[in-house]
Amino acid sequence: MKLLKLVPDNTNIGFVKLRHWAFALTALLTVLAVGATLHRGLNLGVDFVGGLMIEARFQQPPQLDKVRTTVDRLGVGDGSLQQFGDPRTVQIRLPLPEQGGAGAANAIVEKARKAMTAEFPGVTFSRYDTVSGKVSGELIRNGVLAVMLAVIGIAIFSWFRYEWQFGISTFVAIMHDVLMTLGFFAITQLEFDLNIVAAVLTIVGYSINDKMVIDDRIRENMRKYRKMDMKSLIDLSVNETLPRTVMTSVTIMLALGALLLFGGHVLRGFTAAMMLGIVVGTYSSVYVSSSLLITLGLTPQAGERKERKSIAAQAERVGPRDDGARP
Amino acid sequence: MLNFSRWAVAAILLPLVIGILCAVPSFLPEQAVEKLPRFMQTRVNLGLDLSGGSHLLLEASTQDVAKQRLTNMEEQVRTELRRGDPRIAVGDISSRDGKLSFMVRDPAQVDAAVERIRPLTQGAGLTGQRDFNVEVVNSSTIVITPTDAGINNAVKSAMEVATEVIRKRIDEMGTREPTIQQQGDNRIVVQVPGLQNPKALKDLLGQTAKLEFKLVDVTANPAEVAQGRAPVGSEVLPYPDNPSRMPVIAVKRQVMVSGEDLTDATQGYDQNNQAIVNIRFNGSGGRKFGQVTSQNVNRPFAIILDGRVLSAPNINEPILGGSAQISGNFTVESANQLAIALRSGKLPVALTVVEERTVGPQLGADSIRAGLIASVIAVVAVAAFMFFSYGRFGVYANIAVTINVLVILGVMGILGATLTLPGIAGFVLTIGTAVDANVLIYERIREERRRGRGVVQAIEYGYKEASRTIFEANVTHAIAGGIMLALGSGPIKGFAIVLLIGIATSVYTAVTFTRVLAAWWLRTKRPTEINI
Repeated sequence: MKLLKLVPDNTNIGFVKLRHWAFALTALLTVLAVGATLHRGLNLGVDFVGGLMIEARFQQPPQLDKVRTTVDRLGVGDGSLQQFGDPRTVQIRLPLPEQGGAGAANAIVEKARKAMTAEFPGVTFSRYDTVSGKVSGELIRNGVLAVMLAVIGIAIFSWFRYEWQFGISTFVAIMHDVLMTLGFFAITQLEFDLNIVAAVLTIVGYSINDKMVIDDRIRENMRKYRKMDMKSLIDLSVNETLPRTVMTSVTIMLALGALLLFGGHVLRGFTAAMMLGIVVGTYSSVYVSSSLLITLGLTPQAGERKERKSIAAQAERVGPRDDGARP
Repeated sequence: MLNFSRWAVAAILLPLVIGILCAVPSFLPEQAVEKLPRFMQTRVNLGLDLSGGSHLLLEASTQDVAKQRLTNMEEQVRTELRRGDPRIAVGDISSRDGKLSFMVRDPAQVDAAVERIRPLTQGAGLTGQRDFNVEVVNSSTIVITPTDAGINNAVKSAMEVATEVIRKRIDEMGTREPTIQQQGDNRIVVQVPGLQNPKALKDLLGQTAKLEFKLVDVTANPAEVAQGRAPVGSEVLPYPDNPSRMPVIAVKRQVMVSGEDLTDATQGYDQNNQAIVNIRFNGSGGRKFGQVTSQNVNRPFAIILDGRVLSAPNINEPILGGSAQISGNFTVESANQLAIALRSGKLPVALTVVEERTVGPQLGADSIRAGLIASVIAVVAVAAFMFFSYGRFGVYANIAVTINVLVILGVMGILGATLTLPGIAGFVLTIGTAVDANVLIYERIREERRRGRGVVQAIEYGYKEASRTIFEANVTHAIAGGIMLALGSGPIKGFAIVLLIGIATSVYTAVTFTRVLAAWWLRTKRPTEINI
């Protein structure tokens, strides 16, 4: 059987040569993403702004205007509507009353239920969320803290494990991935809720996974080819790991694709974020983080010092490329 | 590296077999699982977003607890100094800024007053601290300040009681398998699966259910009561259903009987077919109630719930049987709710709902079905892709992934972890990343072959070199997962649990298990060429 190979053997693409273009593009995209996030803002879900969310499922696709009038007539503040998943499902978001606590929120839910049932017979309510301002503040704080800690923790790990240059290049690349994801949510105005924070953290985890594999190969090659200059060494490492990078991205995309198409509407935003993150993360691994090592001044000798004190010394030392060949 | 003794193979396979066996109960119907021996009942719990139900986060105000303690202290001090012998006259009692202060009228009695108050305080914490500090300032004023340790103790015990009361109330509602847990210092998480409309639940948990019977102060001047002023020894309370249209009423401060003296409460009807709550007092409560009603025939008494007067009926004759009725503007439902609340006791502190998530059972079922379909399709797509890319080794990876999925379920069952909707996403993602370890190994084998190594050596090197990379990549991945587990709430936690278990099991199945398969193939077939 002829096996499928997505990437031909022994590719020799000059990724390092392209780095100035890649850096410029990356910087541009990141600025755009940050700009979009600041300008348009994120469509934060009730998890983060507090409030009340009711998900209603109609018999037939309703006219959104009619739903809106029904909600407005309740007189409980500015509501917002969003079609969610399929045209029959509408998410209604309402502000939480300032006073009255649980009783008042309850009363609003009841009022909305009654009004909707009167206007649209057969409507069912599949989900309610109420989050008070206090809890939503904590959720934001924890979410931001979690992402920051993950990024910093991982950067420190790769600094101790390798060289400081690896720590910084990883940090930069991952911040880029996170900012791009935020930009995506700002532009599409998809709802940004707690699930999306989980997605962002997963992107961080995946992206670092990807960079570790390449970094590990760079380090291995630094020991193998002491005389090789850094540019060709990085090119070699990225090219050697390219089949794996592509294979893994494709398998994960297949799995996520299944989730996007068949996983139900609740997870759709989550999956979309993740797919974008995989693309962005793979891009930043191949084009940004490894080439950045050169800009940061990593030299082949750097590995020498570290090697003596780290577990890296356990790795097999192999001579020149053709060594060990036993036809 | 590729030579496994029979024992080594058995040792590698054993955890996998156990893991898979533990996954089996999750696929069986509930009745069948109950028949299994205890250690085999390792079912994965479904989160509320999958089973449908309500999640409520309740918060107690610590200030409320502190305030109430101070009020109790004030009551105790008054009683002690006035009733005790000799009587000590005090004045200027105030409880401002969270402190209780009062003046002893006769300066000679200050030391005696302090002596009598000290025993009212209690030890708090391990450091020998008291729960209140008693000091004398300006030679005649005594200031009683609650200590932090005292407040913390009070909050802690209030929360324990509150959790117990909530459990009783929810059990009385007859819902199945509720989870009631204290979270942090002053919060309680309540999860009730399969609840369609949480309104009744919230109403029930929202009332403190502090019931008191007090005599109405008939001597009070109505005009002053309307302005909120009451005679000495009385207080003005809200009375929304007052027949005289005035929304307040003056009642004596002294409590005749309180809800603590109840033994039972049930919903019933009065002669006008109006919903009421029938209550029954315990021995001492019945005696007290009998005594007061005998002495106050033809005077009204107030039935007070959570500081609001429900009704103020007249005492037509002494009530000696130890039972009474609570009337008020009840519907059958609200009377029933009050009966439940009274039976389960009052909450020591008022709770407010700060977060609620309710998922209807239909949406939950839809989500499970969608998640299942997505998982199956993901597995099939990934498996086909792996097979076409790596042939025989792809099949090994696929076996590993399948076992991995079962083992994750098994481990979740053993840990009693909960599968949530984001957890399913974690599952699907794990399927994708689990093959990454195999991809790393196989790509390495391909590389080593291209460099001219022999079949056995290429496989050996592939596993060895890739294992290091896999370890490193997964450690960092686990860092992200660990942070999610530690800091995340709700959905993030559910996702992180699956992710972390998946990282651990996938490294094991992808690296160790497939290596056994590869070694077995090499030994039996002794291939001279591999198609990879």
